Amino acid sequence: MAYYNVSRPSEKLTWRERIYLPELFKGLRITTRHFVVNLALHAVRLLGIKTRRRGAVTFQYPEERRPLSPRLRTRHRLTKREDGMPRCVACMMCETVCPADCIYIVAGELPDPNVEKYPVRFDIDLGVCVFCGFCVEACPEDAIRMDTGILEIASDSREEMIYSIDRLLSG
Amino acid sequence: MAEAGIALIKIAVVLGFVLNLAALLTWAERKQSAVIQDRIGANRASVFGLRLFGLFHIAADALKMLTKEDHVPQTAEKFIHGAAPFISFFFALMGFAVIPFGDVLRVGGREIPLRILDLNIGILFIFAAIALEIYGSVLAGWSSGSHYATLGGMRGSVQMFSYEIAWGVSLLGIFMVYDSLDLNRVVLRQGDLLWGVLPKWGIVTQPLGFLLFLAAGMAITKRVPFDLPEGESEIIGYFVEYSGMKFGLFFLTDFVLTILISALLATLFFGGYQLPYLEPDGFRFPWGATWSLDHYTVVFLQFVALVLKIVFFCWLLLAVRWTYPRFRYDQLMDLGWKVLFPLAVANVILTGLVLTLIE
Ligand code: SF4
Ligand code: SF4
Repeated sequence: MAYYNVSRPSEKLTWRERIYLPELFKGLRITTRHFVVNLALHAVRLLGIKTRRRGAVTFQYPEERRPLSPRLRTRHRLTKREDGMPRCVACMMCETVCPADCIYIVAGELPDPNVEKYPVRFDIDLGVCVFCGFCVEACPEDAIRMDTGILEIASDSREEMIYSIDRLLSG
Repeated sequence: MAEAGIALIKIAVVLGFVLNLAALLTWAERKQSAVIQDRIGANRASVFGLRLFGLFHIAADALKMLTKEDHVPQTAEKFIHGAAPFISFFFALMGFAVIPFGDVLRVGGREIPLRILDLNIGILFIFAAIALEIYGSVLAGWSSGSHYATLGGMRGSVQMFSYEIAWGVSLLGIFMVYDSLDLNRVVLRQGDLLWGVLPKWGIVTQPLGFLLFLAAGMAITKRVPFDLPEGESEIIGYFVEYSGMKFGLFFLTDFVLTILISALLATLFFGGYQLPYLEPDGFRFPWGATWSLDHYTVVFLQFVALVLKIVFFCWLLLAVRWTYPRFRYDQLMDLGWKVLFPLAVANVILTGLVLTLIE
């Protein structure tokens, strides 16, 4: 992390600051400048002229989205093998490491001797999950990831917040 | 009969102007603060997909407030609790009765003075209205049966003590210079020219009085930086127990007061409806050029001039709200008693000295 050298003004007010009036005008000048500049930018863009700066730094959320960092932890998904089976081998690592205790796995047996186990059930209760990403770190098979970019995880009931294996596999 | 009709029309014009502007200000405040803070501001209310820069939020707000439950706390003094917002709103509107929005309109041999009430003590009337307006908030605080509200009301009354005297004294200079308490006379005399070029506006003759009046006037609107009675964001004030349209009335009262202070600033210090060099028969520039206009155009131009001045000051007061932090309680009293009041008295003495010297 870089650090900044902060130079603090002395605690004592100068006489100019004590009169107060010049400082008031200074403040008003800053807000007025923002007002005039932003209003001009809005007006110019409304006319369809492209400008380098925008009048507002905010995003109009549902229509406009901020670019997400690739490292951002978003909703989980289970990855698949080439043949469409989940990569997960039901080793229970993620279930064990999960600090919120929100993963529930039921293992089943596979005839393939290289794999042996697969998850019959794999539920994540996203209403409880704290998005720590430990499950992703713990997984030896790269079977669970948090890279869907889905942030809107809301529902009308607690039951709907429990994501089953089908929903997790379908991305 | 005709007199009453004319008076009613004038009242309708003034009320229509003030209330519409107040409603617009609720929108302007949101948008202006947004633009100042690099945001977009409220823009989601739409009619048939038409957003119109969020102008429909005015209607949406009004609808919300009208349909909300009007909750009266059990411990409240029911009657006073209900009456308080109306007292505030009523007296805030009353101030506009004496603001002149033109000199006289001559229609069909009849001379109509363009103000609702032709009082020769106009400004005292406004003082009285504003002093009574504060009762609304104090009563609201007392009658709510809530300590938070009571404290808010008390802060309101202390704030009034701190600035009202300074506010009144800051205007004395104006009345010494223009020699009248009648607002229309004050405005008419501001039409004179100083040294043949400079309009004799209050800002020229009373710059210190203007600053004092502006500072105390902001305290009257009960908005940041003087929003101690309200303290919306954290200390909560006298209207904490109000909901629905009664709260809406208090909310609107603030904006009406903002317009009233703007109108007073325009009237007393910026020539009211006067445009520089505009005489009753047209423009007469100091360099000799003239441009004669008929009576109606002049009256119209003067009205537009006043409206523009009022809108400018509303803008200024809104900008001030989004610039400064709130004063602390003791700082406010310090400011009122130790700074504004002595300065106002000094201003009166100075004005008197200068006036005697000129004579
Ligand atoms: S992100 Fe953390 S809390 Fe959520 S399921 Fe994974 S380990 Fe559990
Ligand atoms: S850690 Fe990976 S492989 Fe093991 S159960 Fe969890 S998702 Fe499956």
